[in-house]
Amino acid sequence: MSGIVDQVQRQKALKTDRMTINMGPQHPSTHGVLRLLVTTDGEIVDHVEPVIGYLHRCKEKIAENLPYYQFMPYTDRLDYLAGMNNNWAWAMAVEKLAGVKVPERAEYIRVMFGELNRIASHLVAVGTFGLDLGTFTPVLYCFHEREKILDLFEATCGARLTYNYYRIGGVAKDLPDGLVTKIREFLDPFEKRIDELNTLLSENHIFVRRTANVGVFPPALALDYGVTGPSLRASGVPHDLRRAAPYSIYDRFKFEVVVGRGEKGTVGDTWDRYDCRVREMSESVKIVRQCLDGLPDGEVRTKLPAVFKPPKGHVLFKAENPKGELGYYVVSDGSPKPSRVHIRGPSFCNLSIIPAVCRGVMLADLVAILGSIDIVLGEVDR
Amino acid sequence: MTLQNRFEDNVILTTVDAAINYCRASSLWPMTFGLACCAIEMMATGMARYDLARFGAEVFRPSPRQSDLMIVAGTVSLKMATRLKTLYDQMPEPRYVMSLGSCANRGGPYYLYGYHVLKGVDRIVPVDVYVPGCPPIPEALLDGLMKLQARIREEGRHFRRLAKVGGETQEGPKGA
Repeated sequence: MSGIVDQVQRQKALKTDRMTINMGPQHPSTHGVLRLLVTTDGEIVDHVEPVIGYLHRCKEKIAENLPYYQFMPYTDRLDYLAGMNNNWAWAMAVEKLAGVKVPERAEYIRVMFGELNRIASHLVAVGTFGLDLGTFTPVLYCFHEREKILDLFEATCGARLTYNYYRIGGVAKDLPDGLVTKIREFLDPFEKRIDELNTLLSENHIFVRRTANVGVFPPALALDYGVTGPSLRASGVPHDLRRAAPYSIYDRFKFEVVVGRGEKGTVGDTWDRYDCRVREMSESVKIVRQCLDGLPDGEVRTKLPAVFKPPKGHVLFKAENPKGELGYYVVSDGSPKPSRVHIRGPSFCNLSIIPAVCRGVMLADLVAILGSIDIVLGEVDR
Repeated sequence: MTLQNRFEDNVILTTVDAAINYCRASSLWPMTFGLACCAIEMMATGMARYDLARFGAEVFRPSPRQSDLMIVAGTVSLKMATRLKTLYDQMPEPRYVMSLGSCANRGGPYYLYGYHVLKGVDRIVPVDVYVPGCPPIPEALLDGLMKLQARIREEGRHFRRLAKVGGETQEGPKGA
């Protein structure tokens, strides 16, 4: 009898209260200035509420105040790890609105730089994901490779991060001499580097234990929350706009839509999201190679009037960015400035699934899940 | 009586100020405080190619209580401004602030229509070094760091020079 009383008393003494803690806005693993309001029961996460708006930079309002050309540099700063892709989507949205044709050579250059930037973005995603899980070496390798891509960009447009290279109707200027050779010189050893990365991370026992079966996104739930990009494909949904609704000249290239295989655990877990990015880099390499082989000569920019007035109307354009689907909804009233611009940021939608999947995970796994969806706060807050 | 030849080899005579300043300048611990695009360039500076460790500033601390240098890397929004001030207040003296990039300097591209952007971080915290660029290349960040180190090495000397000629200052030298 006394044993039972002891047990009850011990349970009373051990009774835990829920605790609400702040993670962020200054936190090394929130990838920027995201604040998570976490309610925990001991080490178990009970509820997560993302609080955003710490990097709201008024992009949509700025777009209404500037001519179509001049909004281009601001798109660089949306998802600042993939400036080329953001430029590209804006250029294509306005081209779709105004019916502007783009020269063949410009299309090839656009695809090439878009894919190179996808590799650069995924390298940062993979490297910092490792950093979040406590391993420092891979990020050094990833940034080393990324610097080589940035060198190519710098040679072309003079900037390392915010390129402002694409223009409505083409690209700003032609490739510098010898860049094609330089890109080939980068690509050849790069595929071996991916294998090296696999030995560092993918097969690392600690890494696999931290990521496999953690934070599984069921496909139906992911679709409900509007998750796109590698995070959705890791759940086994082969949805890639480059294949599903080919824009630009993507219908000409052979590449594989990478989906999660559940190799180390369940399909759609954190390891799969990491793995999808790694394999997507190889696919991007294939596309860049095909671009280099088929690169035609000719003009790189369609001449447009200095005061550019698209016709009245509205247009929605979506592109497959490294993080997911980036959409621009542009309303034109026939004046040189857009009447309204709405930006559908992939990181914002991908982040919204966090409260749904983080119930009942360990606190340390929350960091892993957050790192695996690869958000950029510039795009979440816009 | 001369000091020469009274000590063994490899003994350097200096003032305490100079020694302390040398130590402070050579081991700045920045805070991991990335706000926006410039944070990526800050990371790139810390990584393999540029290697901030060559200048003794590679130990990025996630806590303001352990850091000497706050690199304000990116756009400071109004919502973030109060948090940034809190973080600055939590840092122990001597503390330094580097404003990295146009946004932190003066609002940058968001100066005109950015209704939610603080037009310069120097409105809320004192800034020691401004680094221009949108974003600044890693070499610019390294240059800013070296300028800050040069300034730290001179700390206290200026004050003494003023005291010698009878000049009065309202407050003591930073960090002395």
